[in-house]
Amino acid sequence: MDWTALALSLRLAALTCLLLVPAALALALLLRRLRPGPRRLLQALLALPLVLPPTVLGYYLLLALGRTSPLGVLWEEVFGRPLVFTFEGILLASLVFNLPFALQPLARAVEGLPRHLREAAWLCGFSPLRTFLVVELPLLRPALATALVLVFAHTLGEFGVVLMVGGAVPGETRTAAVAVYDAVQALDDDTAARMSLALLGLSLVALLLLQMVEPGRGRHGR
Amino acid sequence: MADEPALAVTLAQARPIPLDARFTLGAGELLALVGPSGSGKTTILRAIAGLDPVPRARVVVAGEVWTDTARGIRLPPQRRRLGMVFQDYALFPHMTALDNVAAAVAAGDRTARRARARELLRRMHLEGLEDRRPHQLSGGQRQRVALARALAREPRVLLLDEPFSAVDQVTRRRLQRELVLLRQADPVPTVLVTHDLDEAVRLADRLCVVHHGRTLQVGTPREVTTRPASAQVARLVDLPNVYTGEVAGHEPARGLTLLRWRGRLLEARLQTAFPAGVAVDWVIPPGFVVLHRRDRPSRGERENPVAGRIGELYVLGEQAHVTLLVDGTVPLVFTVSAHAARRNGLAVGLEARVSLLAEGIHLMAKSPA
Repeated sequence: MDWTALALSLRLAALTCLLLVPAALALALLLRRLRPGPRRLLQALLALPLVLPPTVLGYYLLLALGRTSPLGVLWEEVFGRPLVFTFEGILLASLVFNLPFALQPLARAVEGLPRHLREAAWLCGFSPLRTFLVVELPLLRPALATALVLVFAHTLGEFGVVLMVGGAVPGETRTAAVAVYDAVQALDDDTAARMSLALLGLSLVALLLLQMVEPGRGRHGR
Repeated sequence: MADEPALAVTLAQARPIPLDARFTLGAGELLALVGPSGSGKTTILRAIAGLDPVPRARVVVAGEVWTDTARGIRLPPQRRRLGMVFQDYALFPHMTALDNVAAAVAAGDRTARRARARELLRRMHLEGLEDRRPHQLSGGQRQRVALARALAREPRVLLLDEPFSAVDQVTRRRLQRELVLLRQADPVPTVLVTHDLDEAVRLADRLCVVHHGRTLQVGTPREVTTRPASAQVARLVDLPNVYTGEVAGHEPARGLTLLRWRGRLLEARLQTAFPAGVAVDWVIPPGFVVLHRRDRPSRGERENPVAGRIGELYVLGEQAHVTLLVDGTVPLVFTVSAHAARRNGLAVGLEARVSLLAEGIHLMAKSPA
């Protein structure tokens, strides 16, 4: 059992959730303010990671984060280490390939918030911020939970992009999914079996959590 | 100023929905905006609330300017002391009835706000339901919570957007009665939007007929339904019996205007605004059409006698609705009580004679063809 890889995967998943879900919520709120045309275009662009082959996405990320790319150069100048083949690199990649999983449920939920609720809150004297915090955010809770679970589970499972951008540096970029691949390559069936079982268990728990969250969507009725 | 209107509204825009609306509201008055769906009634309401910007608008509430685009004034909705009941009520689904109402109470700490909300819910006969969420309430209860929330701001103006459309008939009657009682105790100036003309006539002090964003006529229910400003208004308030004729002359001494119609000379209430010789639209509400008794033909009923063949007859409740075909083709609609229809042996295909009461004949400017 490669505990280091499992811990790395969990750390990656947790950090991705923490950074991505609030950002996706902000993005969803921004999308609501756009006109339908630009909104659809942006939504399609942001959903691309969903349909691109992981290797293609990984290739573009490698280009974007590479040591000669503007971002790669800047990063290395500031932090003294490269982005590719480091934990920071796969975290950045993780934020990108998970974006649709966080954004889709949130954007749909934000779009589904009745305009009248917002307006009724204004007419109660609520500022826009208070309207969001007191009226809209509580109604987005199920969608936030869905986004968290989806992002967490999907980060644990991602393989291709991580391998392309991070390689398999133990303790740095070798996630549990990559470790399974390495174990199989090394004919270490024992480790492969245990790691696979652990991932299967974690994914199942995540999906069960999702099921418990989902019915809550309709709890308030209409 | 003592006679300052409680609400004065002027709205004009070309897009997205054309608007040309203008009306005022007296203290404690209930004005109903009536018109077909999509006529712009809700748009007018939303403009008063400041929810949608209207390019040229002026909304003044008891001397306080809420919107004046000419002077660049546009108060945000938060600063307009008004209560609004949305068509779908827009209650906050995750809050209890009490919290929904307390959210709109402006003054005081949490305890005071909740106490005030409790009092308002009691006034709406909702005691015991304070801790229910909206989805645990019936449609009528939800509507009352929404009304309580609208009143919680101690509004200068109350805006009701089709507030009775989402409940069944029995509940609707009860809620309408409660609104009337509520207004007896606390006459907040109110603008009611409805597409239900009967509802508007029952509840409103004055009607404002809206079509394609234009306010066509403002008047008491009786004025609008017996003296419409135009043939268009007559159609919008579902008045049959709109015809065209020509003014033949005036007889001020007898209080009459003479009207030429299909070769007949009709006597109408004196309406000197239209000079002799001018073509006019005219209308006679069904209530001013009186049936002559068939069993006892009389010469006494001389007021504008008109004969025709009965083209259609149906009974709705206690009323028989009769369409008389004048000159074979021109429909003239009137109602008699169902038993009078039976007693007179009215039936489709038979001849009948009626009088058009001069008092009910109302002339209107000829509408462009």
